[in-house]
Amino acid sequence: MAKMKKIVKTITVDADRCNGCRACEVACSAFHATPKYSIVNPARSRIKVITYRLDDIFFPIFAGAYTKAGCEGRDSYIIDGKEYRECDFCRASCPTRNRFTDPDSGLPLRCDMCESDPPLEKPKCVEVCINDVLIYEEREEEVEEGEPIESIEIGVKALVDKHGLNEVIETVERVQLSKKA
Amino acid sequence: MRYAETGYYLEIDLATGNIEKVETDPKLMEQHLGGLGTDVKLFWDRVPPEVKAFDPENILVFSAGLLCGTPAWGTNRTICSTISPQTNLLAYPMMGGFWAPELKFAGYDKVILRNKAPQLVYIWIHNDKVEIRDATHLKGKGAVETQELIRQELNEPDAQVAAIGLAGENRVFFASIEQSRSSASRLGSGAVMGDKNVKAIAVRGTKDVNIARGEEFMQHMEELKKFVLHRNENPLKGIEMVIHSGVGSPQAMRHVDEQWHTTGFSWGNARVRRKNFWTEEIYDNWSKSHWSAVKRFISCFNCPQQCGTLISFQDVPRYMMKCFSKLSYLLACQTENMDFTWRILHKAFEYGVDSFTTPQVLAFAVELYEAGIFTEADFKGCPKDNEGRFFWLLDKVAHRDGIGDYLADGIYWAARRIGKGAEAFDHNTIKKHEQMVVKLAMLDPIYFLMYTTNEKLSVTQMEGNFPQTAKGTPELKEMWVRDWIQAPNEKIKEYFMGWNPRGEGSNPYYPTPQMSSEIVDWMEMLHNIDDAIGLCAGMGSFCYKPAYHVHNYHKFISAATGMDLDKDSLKKIVNRNRNLHRAYHNMRGITRKDEKPPEDHWRHRFPELEEELLTTYYKYKGWNYDGIPTKERLHELDLDYVAEELIKRGILKDGEDEKNS
Ligand code: SF4
Ligand code: SF4
Ligand code: SF4
Repeated sequence: MAKMKKIVKTITVDADRCNGCRACEVACSAFHATPKYSIVNPARSRIKVITYRLDDIFFPIFAGAYTKAGCEGRDSYIIDGKEYRECDFCRASCPTRNRFTDPDSGLPLRCDMCESDPPLEKPKCVEVCINDVLIYEEREEEVEEGEPIESIEIGVKALVDKHGLNEVIETVERVQLSKKA
Repeated sequence: MRYAETGYYLEIDLATGNIEKVETDPKLMEQHLGGLGTDVKLFWDRVPPEVKAFDPENILVFSAGLLCGTPAWGTNRTICSTISPQTNLLAYPMMGGFWAPELKFAGYDKVILRNKAPQLVYIWIHNDKVEIRDATHLKGKGAVETQELIRQELNEPDAQVAAIGLAGENRVFFASIEQSRSSASRLGSGAVMGDKNVKAIAVRGTKDVNIARGEEFMQHMEELKKFVLHRNENPLKGIEMVIHSGVGSPQAMRHVDEQWHTTGFSWGNARVRRKNFWTEEIYDNWSKSHWSAVKRFISCFNCPQQCGTLISFQDVPRYMMKCFSKLSYLLACQTENMDFTWRILHKAFEYGVDSFTTPQVLAFAVELYEAGIFTEADFKGCPKDNEGRFFWLLDKVAHRDGIGDYLADGIYWAARRIGKGAEAFDHNTIKKHEQMVVKLAMLDPIYFLMYTTNEKLSVTQMEGNFPQTAKGTPELKEMWVRDWIQAPNEKIKEYFMGWNPRGEGSNPYYPTPQMSSEIVDWMEMLHNIDDAIGLCAGMGSFCYKPAYHVHNYHKFISAATGMDLDKDSLKKIVNRNRNLHRAYHNMRGITRKDEKPPEDHWRHRFPELEEELLTTYYKYKGWNYDGIPTKERLHELDLDYVAEELIKRGILKDGEDEKNS
């Protein structure tokens, strides 16, 4: 199969420098509002700063994948002598709690790296964090052509299994419409 | 749709447990903005001047500033307004941190507490769900500790909690309300909270704050960000103290060099200056202690400037540092041991007491003991060393135990209750409130006005943009003026250029009373704007060359709210707020006679000049000889109803304006 080039975007989090200001949450939620910047609501942000201030935990995480069911979350972490549940630092949008779930619609939120047209120079959270906690990088990677299609197919099949074909088609149409609008 | 504000107050009657979410009149924002502005209006409307701090009719208002919850950096202030037990005036201590934005996201602009709960409670606000919960198990718990206990109890790590400690429960007149990395400290709002039997208010919100013109707002933010970055990279040069060289609150924890404060401020009970205190050796010792205590720099909500610090010192439980607390106990206790600071602050923040007033009260007690006014019996069990005494006295005050019961009323009232000549040791209060411990040689006309006339009563919170000292050379002056974009007009720059450290054009006769009035009026206005929109003074009014100033405030407010304000219309609104506050204080008895600094405030005093300063300033403000807004002035500000009330009460005599002004 032929090779093709793809831009991979990453954000490295230097959590030692985080001051817990949550400016990143404000910026992300404002950017993703419709119309843009019309609303601020950190509960709609795709980045969340986990803070236990006295315990020196200042830990930004990005909204990760949606999971249908909560995992057991039985494991725990001990940091600086204090115990935390596995869930405390988890980035999944998961039905057992509200994190990374839109407070109105209940739909999962996911960091989309501020994908937009025309593309931004930097994601919004990175741009607002002037203390260099969030370090943005783009690099080119070679990937097998066709592979993405394949992975989309797997995803769509899973959706069809879960919701039925009609539901999926209707949703795709809705998304298309809202994009046009 | 409401923009910037939520349009709702949360009204809680603690006696009956009745909780109401009340929609507010949109005109209030047009008239008073929000925050302190709408608080003053509430007190004018609801709390008659006869009501005292601990009467059930006194209200305690937790207010979010108008721009809290918008993307504007540094707009995170919670304003805690109430009648102060110390002054019987409308006090409004403020705190940074995270509470006010969270309240906005929960859907409220203010929480208004009235009456008293039958037993100790805390309030839990989670969007529309509001509960009054039992807090008897938290009785006596520390104000910092309580925040954590409540988060655990609610299983809500994201709840923001404002709490009082033992001092608040015991109605210590200078009890604070503590919250994350900050506190509302001055004038005893914590005592009123304790009197109302409210241990804490926890809040969590997941709703929207709407911005009227978002794209435009973000363009202003872009400019502001560029400016902050520029200032962070280019600290100011040629100023008295390095901690004031940046934007943000004074960076007391970034720098160990405290030569300016330790040699310029007075030690003990505002007594002695130690002009030769600062040495290499002190610097080295303090550096070691300082950096061993700093765990991490932290910020308030939506602000990059990280003026706060997480303190982790030896075996002392952790807490977060605030501003000048670093030196206030140390100076008052007359110790050179920086380790003492980290230890006593933990205790003070857990008890929940004001870091400006408390150390002075403790030093005052030591003086009374040394003068034989407090006896051996009063001090029974007290250690002999300075530091030991301070810990012992602080315990007494927080518990109101023994002599602590007198001291807990603050220096003014304590001195009068103790008698036996104790009044003579009350030498640093204005309007019954402890001031900064600065006793200098030469009267400063600007500071004279700020100290004596402002409703805030605390000079650190009304000084600001105008340099504190004159520059010695034309080059230094020009360097200052060159990029002084924050100056309101050319005149202010000229006043500054003509000001010299000594000789011609120096204090006390320069700046002239007229110039001083204009300078002070401008600086006060900045504070009134910040306090209405909930902006940290470190980003605006109490900062040299700050990010927000008269030339951009109105842009942010307009884009956020959809109102079309310009500089003048914004000025009119905050002038309205200030005059309403003034009139309210006049109804509570404040007049010219109260606007006096202590005798020893400056070594060189000029009684005639001081009178002229007051008269000129009053006139400039549109007030009569007694410092009461005239009917005309009130009319200009759409405050005819205020004039009517003042005339009805005989405070303002109809037709007297011309004679006096
Ligand atoms: S903006 Fe940066 S410093 Fe502030 S909370 Fe987010 S990651 Fe931390
Ligand atoms: S990259 Fe964009 S979408 Fe992802 S958290 Fe940051 S601001 Fe939000
Ligand atoms: S400048 Fe400092 S004190 Fe002010 S809001 Fe920012 S972090 Fe808080």
